[in-house]
Formats: sequence, structure tokens, C-alpha cells
Amino acid sequence: MRNIMAMAEKELQAYFHSPIAYLVMTVYTVICGFVFYSSTAFFALQSLRMEAQGGMGMPPLSLNEYVIRPILGGVLTVVLLFLIPLITMRLYSEEKRSGTIELLLTSPLTDMQIIMGKYLGAMILFAILEALTFLYFTVLFIYGNPNAKPLIANALGMLLYGGALMALGMWFSAFTKNQIIAGSVGLAAFLLLYLLDWVSAYSQSTVGQVMS
Amino acid sequence: MIEVENLTKRYGPTLAVSDVSFTVQKGEVLGFLGPNGAGKTTTMRVITGFFPPTEGKVRVAGYDVVEQPLEAKRRTGYLPETPPLYPDMTVVEYLTFVARIKGVPHRDIKTRLDEIMKKCAVADMRNRQTGKLSKGYRQRVGLAQALIHNPEVLVLDEPTAGLDPKQIIETRELIKGLAGQHTVILSTHILPEVSKTCQRVVVINAGQVVAVGTPDELMRRLQGFETVLVTVEDPAAAIIEKFQRVGGVNWVEPRESHDGRVTLEVHSEKEKDVRAELARATVESGWKLYELKTSGLSLEEIFLKLTTKDLSEEAAAKTEIATN
Repeated sequence: MRNIMAMAEKELQAYFHSPIAYLVMTVYTVICGFVFYSSTAFFALQSLRMEAQGGMGMPPLSLNEYVIRPILGGVLTVVLLFLIPLITMRLYSEEKRSGTIELLLTSPLTDMQIIMGKYLGAMILFAILEALTFLYFTVLFIYGNPNAKPLIANALGMLLYGGALMALGMWFSAFTKNQIIAGSVGLAAFLLLYLLDWVSAYSQSTVGQVMS
Repeated sequence: MIEVENLTKRYGPTLAVSDVSFTVQKGEVLGFLGPNGAGKTTTMRVITGFFPPTEGKVRVAGYDVVEQPLEAKRRTGYLPETPPLYPDMTVVEYLTFVARIKGVPHRDIKTRLDEIMKKCAVADMRNRQTGKLSKGYRQRVGLAQALIHNPEVLVLDEPTAGLDPKQIIETRELIKGLAGQHTVILSTHILPEVSKTCQRVVVINAGQVVAVGTPDELMRRLQGFETVLVTVEDPAAAIIEKFQRVGGVNWVEPRESHDGRVTLEVHSEKEKDVRAELARATVESGWKLYELKTSGLSLEEIFLKLTTKDLSEEAAAKTEIATN
């Protein structure tokens, strides 16, 4: 609906007019770059070693295992725990603090339209972030031979994972005028959920299996 | 156009508005007066659908704000005390956004924008970020966003707060120009403005309606007597005596004198216009009459009277004056 699009456009505009979007993108790509470099360098080293030892009859090392998985599955999962609160903390808190929420609530918009519009705006930012990591994967494809299908599955998983965290982050933002509180509560909640994953390794709960 | 019925609003344990009822007719400009904390902003927020009432019903343009909020909000324009501006957006971007969410059809947006910006005198700042505007401009952009979708009903919360005198006059003219085509309810502390722009007034205090009526009606209701100010030539003693013998006059008192003239305050019975009599009495006796005018409680005095006394005290005072 056009109201949702209007909201989403407004949120994106706000993100790119403030330092937040650029900050998050910078941090993300720097960390990505670092992890990418070290994984790829390690992979290259390992490959070399394997070759030197004559292969030992083992199948070629999978780029997926050594580079993509650590980035997408490992490091970024944790990095996002910190970055997503930065993105979502202003969604409702800013509106409440500046009084613009009065404009939204007295306009002919349904609550759902406001929510979906904000979520869409934040998700588009997240998608842009995701797209940045594909810069690195493109390099992998040029120089190597990674398996495309698991990559796509991984990326999709990432999107969904981010989406879930964003939704939670947005909810926390709706409780308070103070962005810092919204961000901190979000971070705390995400860390808690992440730790549950660790703990579930020792117990049989299904909660841990949700976050991967 | 606006019907408020037995509106009650509680914030947790605090009762902000209690059993308030009033209506605003189509095309009317209603003034909403009250001291700070009386419940004006709360009432306006319920009318605009910001939050629902705890009890009671509010209808805007025939639509209940709780049952059919979208329809009601579509027809309402709201300017809160602090204009709800997004500081990073330019005036054009902001008004475009508001136009979109308020349902202005896409093809009309550009023309509406130009019209409204001209009407509210913000066109010269169209590409400036709203966060960088002065207070006067911000208020005007706020008014622009309230008008952009041409609503039938306008709810303005202190529209001239913080403006300089020139801007106040301009805003006042703008609001007066809106009457007739739009129904306006505006809240304000600036009392002279009320008599200049509003046809009727609702006075609210501590969450309850204390008075409803035109400024004149209120004045008459509270005063209990009529007052006429007469400026005549000195010496006053003989004149005072003559006036007191005029039918209907209760008492006469000199107010001030300078340049050989004295101003007398004449109190007469309610509803009795003694001006003609006084004029005749003065001229017949050969005294010079310089000025003759009705005076009365200023709106300020009415406001204070209504909001600082409680009703029983007021009733006692009225009977006192009547028997004097």
C-alpha cells in the first residue's frame, strides 16, 4: 500500500541523512573484509600445504567450509547482535521523543501500516548491508569455485535471522522514548538469545536450534 | 461537526478530563480556553484520535473516532503544541510525506504543495531542512501540514505560541480566513485573540467544562451588572448626583480625571442599557460629554473568574451583587 511505501521511504531517508547508516555499513564491511581476508588467506595456506603433501587422497578443500561459513554463519551472526540494535533503536524512540508520533497516530494510517512501513525501511537497509558482503563472495567466484547453492541458502538464512532480530529490536524501540535504552535492551536480549544457543548444546531444548 | 459527549480520560490514576461535552458547528471557530493542565491538549488529542477516551464518545464529521478512526482522521487536520516536524527532511520532502500519508491523491500532491506553501508563507524555505528553520517558520510549516489535505475539521493547539506580534497577526488572519469552509477548534492562552477570531468559547478548568458561550454571553453571565464609562467635564459631584437619579443606576464612581475631565464608572442593573439616559442627562444639564462607552469584564477577568473560583463561591458572589 502506498502508505507503507511512504513510511519506508521516510525511514530510509532518515537513515541515510544521519550518520547511522554509514556507520553501520562501514563497521560491517570492515569486519567482513577482515574476516574474509583471514579466512581466505588461511584457506590458501591450507590448500598449499595439502598440495605439498600430495593431496593425501582427500577431496579438495571446500571454499564454502573455510570461507563462507565462518563469515556468514559465524562472525557476522555475532556482529549483527551488536549492529542491529543500532539500526532499530531509533525506529519508534525517535518518533516518541520528537513528538512526530503524534503526526503518525493522528493521520489516517492503521497501526499495521506504520509497523510494516518502518520494518520495510529497516529491512531494506539490512538488505543493502547483506548486498555488501556479496562483494566479497563475487571475488571468491572469480578466483575460486565455491558452491553457489549453499551460499544462497546461507544468505537467505542471514536475511531471515536479521529480520527476526530487527523485528525484536523494533518492538523494544516502541517501549521507550530513549534510544539508548531501546538499543541496550535490544542488545541484552539478543545476547541472551545467543547464549541460549550455547547452553542448548548441553541440554535438549529446541530454543537453541532457532538461532544458528 | 465535532461532537464531544461525556468525554472522560484517565492517565492511570489521574483524571485528566471529566465528563466534558460540547459541540462545534460546521464552519464555526471555537475557542478552547483554560489554564495549563486543565485538559485542553488531552481533549484535543482524543478528538484527533491520538488515544481513545476512557469513557464517552467523540464524533468528527459524523464519524466516531474510535469506531471509524481512518474516516475521522482523514477529515481532521491537527497542529499540536510542538509542530511534529522531521528535522532531517526539507520542507518540501516533509509536506510531500504528510500529503501522502493523509491520502492526498498522487497527481494532486505537487499542486497542493505549491498552494499550501504559498498560503502559509513558507515557499521561500522550501528546500531548507525543517530542523534549521526559525520558530515562526516551523509553526507555519506545522500549519501547512494540518491544511495540506484540505480537512473539514482543524484542531489547533496554541497556534500562535512563540510567534512575534507580526506573525501572530498573520496567523490570526489565516485562521479567520479558514472559518466557514473549515470547522476550527483552537486552544489558546492569548485571550484578546479569542475575541478576535472565535465565535464561541468553551472554558475548561481542572478537566471540566466551566462555561460555554460567546464572549459576550459569558461576560453578561458573570458580571451581574452592566457598566458604562462616561467621560465628562469636571466638576463631577453634581453629575454624579444626577446620574444616580437616572432610572436603573446602582452606583456611580469616579475612576480617573485629568485635563479637567473625569471618567465615571456607572453600574446599572443587568440588561438595562442606561447609556441614552446618561447622555441625555448630561447634555440637558449643559455639561460637556466627551466619551460614553459600555465596559465590562475583560475576557481576562472572565477567564480568571471562571477558573479561580469554584462555582458555589461564584453563585454567592452573584447574589451579593444583585442585592446591593
